[in-house]
Amino acid sequence: MSQHRRRPRNNQISVEAVAGNGLLDRRALLGRGLAFAGAMTTGATASLAAAAEPLAKPPWSLEPGAAIVPYEVRSRFEKSVARTLSNPNFRPGAQGARTPHHLLNGTITPSGLHFVVSWGGAPDIDPDEHRLVIHGLVKRPLIFTLDALGRYPMVSRTTFLECGGNSAPLFSPEPIQDSVQALHGLASCAEWTGVKLSTLLDETGIDSTAKWFIAEGADAPHLSRSVPLKTTLDDAIIALYQNGERLMPANGYPMRLLLPGFEGNMNVKYLRRIKLVDEPSMSFWESKIYTQLLPNGKAYQFYFLQEVKSFITRPSPGLTLKEPGLYEISGIAFSGTGRISRVMISADGGQSWGEAALQEPVLSKAFTRFHMPWRWDSSPATLQSRAWDEAGNVQPTRAQFVAERGELKKIPPVAAVLNQHCNCITSWAVDEKGEVKHVYA
Amino acid sequence: MSMRSLDASAVLLVLVLGAGRAFAEGPNLGKPVNLTGIAEWDISVHPDGAGLPVGSGTPAEGAKIYVAKCALCHGQDGKGSAESPTPLIGGGPITDISASMKTISNFWPYATTVFDYIRRAMPWQQPMTLTNDEVYALTAYILAANKLIGENDTLSAETLPKVRMPNRDGFIIRFPDLIQ
Repeated sequence: MSQHRRRPRNNQISVEAVAGNGLLDRRALLGRGLAFAGAMTTGATASLAAAAEPLAKPPWSLEPGAAIVPYEVRSRFEKSVARTLSNPNFRPGAQGARTPHHLLNGTITPSGLHFVVSWGGAPDIDPDEHRLVIHGLVKRPLIFTLDALGRYPMVSRTTFLECGGNSAPLFSPEPIQDSVQALHGLASCAEWTGVKLSTLLDETGIDSTAKWFIAEGADAPHLSRSVPLKTTLDDAIIALYQNGERLMPANGYPMRLLLPGFEGNMNVKYLRRIKLVDEPSMSFWESKIYTQLLPNGKAYQFYFLQEVKSFITRPSPGLTLKEPGLYEISGIAFSGTGRISRVMISADGGQSWGEAALQEPVLSKAFTRFHMPWRWDSSPATLQSRAWDEAGNVQPTRAQFVAERGELKKIPPVAAVLNQHCNCITSWAVDEKGEVKHVYA
Repeated sequence: MSMRSLDASAVLLVLVLGAGRAFAEGPNLGKPVNLTGIAEWDISVHPDGAGLPVGSGTPAEGAKIYVAKCALCHGQDGKGSAESPTPLIGGGPITDISASMKTISNFWPYATTVFDYIRRAMPWQQPMTLTNDEVYALTAYILAANKLIGENDTLSAETLPKVRMPNRDGFIIRFPDLIQ
C-alpha cells in the first residue's frame, strides 16, 4: 500500500494514518478541503482527475420553474429514497417500515422516512374526538383533549427511537447480505415536542402506592405497555409534534408517549390512556413479544433500555466504491443511557482502531453522526465501528455478543424479527472492486 | 435606594412570584372523570386478576366461537395458517433462541394475558366486539387445548388467575435497577 506522506503547508494539516488499511487522523476533517484536495491530486489518484466537460446551459435554467405548492414533497429524482416494508400487503400481523440510513445524512430522520413497527395499522383518528385519560392510582382522574394539551407548557427533545428488534438479522448464523436499511433500519431520530407527563401528573396527583403506569393506544390492538413510573417521570413526554409538525399517522397521530432511550414499543402511539398501578399488567407485548430468548431457555423480560450501538452507513452494502482515493467513512451512534462519548473505526477487521470525529452537537439519547477520513487503495478492507457512551458502556463484538446471547440455528428472512436487542458491531467487507458485503469479523 | 426604585422592586417581586405560582399550578384543563366514565376503556387485566370482568366461559363454548371467529387466520387446529403462522395450540420444549418457538403453552408466563390480549386485540378485523363471556370461553378453549386446564373447567374472574403457566419462572428481569 502506498502512503502519501505530506509535509504540512501553511494551514494544511497532514493526512496521517492512525490505523491500518488507510484510516486517517480525524483531525484531517477540520481542514478537509485543503488536505483532501492536496491528496486527491497526487499519486495514484492523480490520473482520475481528468479535465471536466465544458459547462453548458441546462434546460431548467432557461425557463421558469414550477409553481410553489402549499406542502412540498421531494424532488422526483429522490423517489427511491424510501422505507422498505416487511408486510406490504398488510396481512394480519405486524408491519415494519425501515429507514434508508445509507441514503440519508445528518442526524434527523425525515418524518416520512421514520421507521414504523405497527401492530394493527395506522388508525384514522379525528384529533378533535381523541381523548387522553389519566386514572388509576391518582388523586384526581382527568381527561384531556388535544386542544387542552396544546395550552400546556411544551418541551422539545431530539431523541432516537429504536425497535427492540432492530438489528435482529445479526442473530443469523451466517451474515445476511442486505443493506444497512434491512439490518438496522428500525431506528430513527427526530425532534419531538409535547407536554411532560409530570406536568399532567402534577394535576392528577400521584397516589404513594403507584409504581408503574400502563400506557395504551387507541389503535385496533389497543397496544399496551407497563412503564416503571419513577425512572421515567423526569423524561416522559406526551409528544404532539414530530420535527415541528404534527405526528405522522403511523407514528402515533395525534399523540404518543415518548420515553427517550427506552425500547421503541414502549413509546405507545395513539396514546389514549395512562393508568397508574402498583404492578405491571404483563401485556402480550411485554410478556411475549419484547422478551429476549437466551441460550439456556430463559428469557430477558423488561428489556427497557436500547443499549449503545453504532453502524457505518457509508460505505455500506449497495454503495460501491467506484475508484481508489479518499473517502469519508460515516455512520450513526446512539445509546439509551446518554451521550455517545467515543466511536472507534477499524478498516482491518478490528486489528487496529482509529478514533472518529463526532459531529456536534452530541445530544443525550440522540443519533450522533461520526466521520472518519479513509484512503482506500483498492485492497480488501473490513470496516467496523464501535461506540462507547458516557456511562462507560461499550458495544460488544459480534463474537462476544453471540457467546452470551446465542445465535439462530437457521438463516432467517431478513425482515423477520426473531429475537430482540442486538447491539453488536457490524462489519462491512470491501473487496478489490469496491463492492461492500456484510461479514462477521 | 429611593422610594421610587423600592416600589419598582416590590412590583417586580410580586409579578415574579405571581407568575411562578401560576406556572406551578398549571392550566388545569383536564376534565374530572369518575370510574363509570372510564369503564369502557379500563380494559387492562393483571396477573392477580385485577381488571377481570364479571362473566364466565367453558372450553366447549369457546370451541364454537373459535370456529366462527378465529379459525380463518389461526387454522382449524390452532396450529396457525399461511395468514397467521403463529400457533395458538401446541409447542414443544424451547431449543433455539428464535421467537418462532414461543407459544402460549411453552412461554407465556400468565394465563390472564390470554384473556387481556383476546379482549383488546381480537378478532383481528373487529377488536373489542366479543362479549366478556365469549372472551372467557375462548381463553378456556385455548388453555384446555394446550392441556393447561381441564376440558370441563369453567373460567371466570375467580378461576383464571389461579391457572399456573408452565413457564411462569422462565424470566430474568433485564434491568432491575429501573424497577423500584
